[in-house]
Amino acid sequence: MAYSDKVIDHYEHPRNVGRLDDKADNVGTGMVGAPACGDVMRLQIQVDDNGIIEDAKFKTYGCGSAIASSSLLTEWVKGKSLDEAAQIKNTEIAEELALPPVKIHCSVLAEDAIKAAVKNIREKRGEEAEQAAG
Amino acid sequence: MKLPIYLDYSATCPVDPRVASKMAEQLTMEGNFGNPASRSHLYGWKAEEAVEEARRQVAELVNADPREIVWTSGATESDNLAIKGAAHFYQGRGKHIITSKIEHKAVLDTCRQLEREGFEVTYLNPKEDGIVYPEQVAEAMREDTILVSLMHVNNEIGVINDIAAIGELCRERKVIFHVDAAQSPGKIDIDLAEMKVDLMSFSAHKIYGPKGIGALYVRRKPRVRLEAQMHGGGHERGMRSGTLPTHQIVGMGEAFRIAKEEMADEAKRILALRDRFWSQISDMEEVHINGSAEQRVPGNLNVSFAFVEGESLIMSLKDLAISSGSACTSASLEPSYVLRALGVNDELAHSSLRFSFGRFTTEQDVDTAAKEVRKAVEKLRELSPLWDMYKDGVDLSTIEWAAH
Repeated sequence: MAYSDKVIDHYEHPRNVGRLDDKADNVGTGMVGAPACGDVMRLQIQVDDNGIIEDAKFKTYGCGSAIASSSLLTEWVKGKSLDEAAQIKNTEIAEELALPPVKIHCSVLAEDAIKAAVKNIREKRGEEAEQAAG
Repeated sequence: MKLPIYLDYSATCPVDPRVASKMAEQLTMEGNFGNPASRSHLYGWKAEEAVEEARRQVAELVNADPREIVWTSGATESDNLAIKGAAHFYQGRGKHIITSKIEHKAVLDTCRQLEREGFEVTYLNPKEDGIVYPEQVAEAMREDTILVSLMHVNNEIGVINDIAAIGELCRERKVIFHVDAAQSPGKIDIDLAEMKVDLMSFSAHKIYGPKGIGALYVRRKPRVRLEAQMHGGGHERGMRSGTLPTHQIVGMGEAFRIAKEEMADEAKRILALRDRFWSQISDMEEVHINGSAEQRVPGNLNVSFAFVEGESLIMSLKDLAISSGSACTSASLEPSYVLRALGVNDELAHSSLRFSFGRFTTEQDVDTAAKEVRKAVEKLRELSPLWDMYKDGVDLSTIEWAAH
């Protein structure tokens, strides 16, 4: 299968590889996929006091397109608000990386990962808000 | 060194230069271009002579009578002719067929077709080591079993079935025994005078011959009958019509001749290369050989690298021509059906690569390959959340994954 130059670039030089402390209050973690299906993505975002994503890290088990999708996503979400990040669509990722039809599921997984990470941080914050209100 | 390094000899082999030059002699006006079926002139007689010489060469490698060799277009056609041909001819005796889950698609899809025609097929599951044992075949036998079809050597994992023993129990019960031997000639001994095999499929291009030519061995004593699948001029004693491609056939004959002469030394050399390669990667954590390590052809190594995914591994190994044990490289995203049948879990099946070594592989090739593999696996494990979890002591099987 021929990969696009952008996929190869992200695959050979993945951005923002690593992990953040998933117990920290300002870190949201999204882990999606399954080993049996050949893809697992872990995407983590760190949010500042104003709700802006100040850092993002990923690790991905999967094909080159899955690695590239998650690497690209970490670049895109930095500096965005949670709302903006949650609105990133898989089609934008697929288009940017010129993914072939058989690899579209990789971009879907990336979208799921950011949504899961945002949900996770919101739950953490929601609980805090409730505690503060209570 | 020529890049990428070719380590996919189980998929196909380059044609041996000695074979290529023999083939080239069979094509032009100056060469041996005649139709082997032309009986009225010298061109035809010479072509026929070349075809019969090749038939002897193929027969000699497997200790058969040349009259038992039927030319086909390759092992796929041989499998079709053997299985459909025998099933159709003997269906009056019964309609039950036994095969295994890890056969080549040429056998499995042919069996599926026979099921659609009303035959019943038992698909045996190999043991964890990838071998189908004779007692499994014996247990599956029924009154109405007419045919057993099992491969000699598996194309993905290289393990060897004990076809001599399975042949004995088929013969006792007067069941036709077909063996797909696309992967074994020139690698391990085949003695059809001893082995009670009735039908055996061969391919030229897995043994340094050309693509597009193969053969089916059809036993004469006791005589095995087939219903032809290709009708026409009655070539090959009516079993397979079509003008014989002299250049292809001569190429296959020469390839089998060379194999007979050189296989003993070659097997030793290739085994040493495989061991050399394995010794340079086997000390990495969580690296496993799929299929029996002992009952295996010298040139094959199928390895799972846990916590990295096969397709991305192949992408990292762009200087190596290898294939994914998982079928990710084909259109399907399913992991290998062969590894699954062995009970390898999906995640390891996704992490598997097949390395196959051959006649033109050098020590330098395997050393470079081993170095590249180590580097790629280490890099991808750094990227892998599963590797993190493994290192943190998390048992991955206890996690509820959201399958997608």
